[in-house]
Amino acid sequence: MIDLLLNYPIVSALVALSGMSLFFGAVLGFAAVKFKVEGDPLVERIDKLLPQTQCGQCGYPGCRPYAEAIAAGDTINKCPPGGQSTINHLADLLGVAAPSLDAEHGEASTVKKVAFIREDECIGCTKCIQACPVDAIVGAAKQMHTVVADECTGCDLCVEPCPVDCIDMIPVATGLKEWGWQMPKPALGNTIIASDRDTREQAA
Amino acid sequence: MDFFVILLSTVLVNNFVLAQFLGLCPFMGVSNKLETAIGMSAATTFVLTLASICTYMVHNWILTPLGLSFLRTVAFILVIAAVVQFAKMFIEKTSPLLYRVLGVFLPLITVNCAVLGAALQSTNKAHTFSQSALYGFGAAVGFSLVLILFSAMRERLAAADVPTPFKGAAVGMITAGLMSLAFMGFAGLV
Repeated sequence: MIDLLLNYPIVSALVALSGMSLFFGAVLGFAAVKFKVEGDPLVERIDKLLPQTQCGQCGYPGCRPYAEAIAAGDTINKCPPGGQSTINHLADLLGVAAPSLDAEHGEASTVKKVAFIREDECIGCTKCIQACPVDAIVGAAKQMHTVVADECTGCDLCVEPCPVDCIDMIPVATGLKEWGWQMPKPALGNTIIASDRDTREQAA
Repeated sequence: MDFFVILLSTVLVNNFVLAQFLGLCPFMGVSNKLETAIGMSAATTFVLTLASICTYMVHNWILTPLGLSFLRTVAFILVIAAVVQFAKMFIEKTSPLLYRVLGVFLPLITVNCAVLGAALQSTNKAHTFSQSALYGFGAAVGFSLVLILFSAMRERLAAADVPTPFKGAAVGMITAGLMSLAFMGFAGLV
């Protein structure tokens, strides 16, 4: 066998090159499993920063598609529910300057709102149920609908399709469940770079 | 002492980019932004060092005993392609942002002639294992040094008042030529 390899360079060349190819192929195959990337990790991190209202005001069918679009190079100022603080966090992650919110996609609201259906006016058309991205509206055809306030993300999408305009967006009263401590004030000296989130909470 | 000479020779005297004119593609292509240049330097250093070690092993433990030294160019390209692919997976896992910034230049390290050049020169000079590893590392350090210096200069040039016909790549070429002249000054040091 060894003689064959040494006497016929073409055989040994074939053996050596295919052996090396097999070896490197095996190493790369192992590395592909070992360093497997679950989806695009950047999309994952962007998606975490988005508010997960799934409202579609950015023009994409939900938060995750918008995260994928951002990773592919879309602008980061299309998310009204997230407001300026989300834009700032995204800009921080991607290392770009933070633009202000694109007014075309809606205005940021400073208080959390939920949809409320005036039930005696509801005609049971189910149009709002189809519009709701998070299935927070219950009801059936020709039956009165209502909003599950805990599930509602306040995205406004059900207001538009309602033929009798019986849906209101009402601010959530701060109860025991929602109340939290105020964010601590930044240490003295950092006050010039107060983040947007802090100013919003002081104003509210 | 021998190691110091190899390092000095590869980094300054026989600098791969400015004295031997190898690896000019990333030198012009990735030097627009300092951050990208630093990322590219890190990736190339990783690949060049690892590729030098692997090519040494392939050459001295597989090709030479079988009398197949004439196949080394083919074999080395195979080795380098595998190492680059490995580096690509590694960077994609550890630093997604760097992976996005480097983009197409990461796979292009495969055809960076500095990598193949370092491996071939190292075998021609009959280096030992540690010498060839150091030769690859020195080549990478020299490449990184020049790339980072050049990108810092190009960042300045972007804001400078350059005559219109020389704007952009043209003044980049002239700058590279002047840098090369400056590095010629190291000739004869070793």
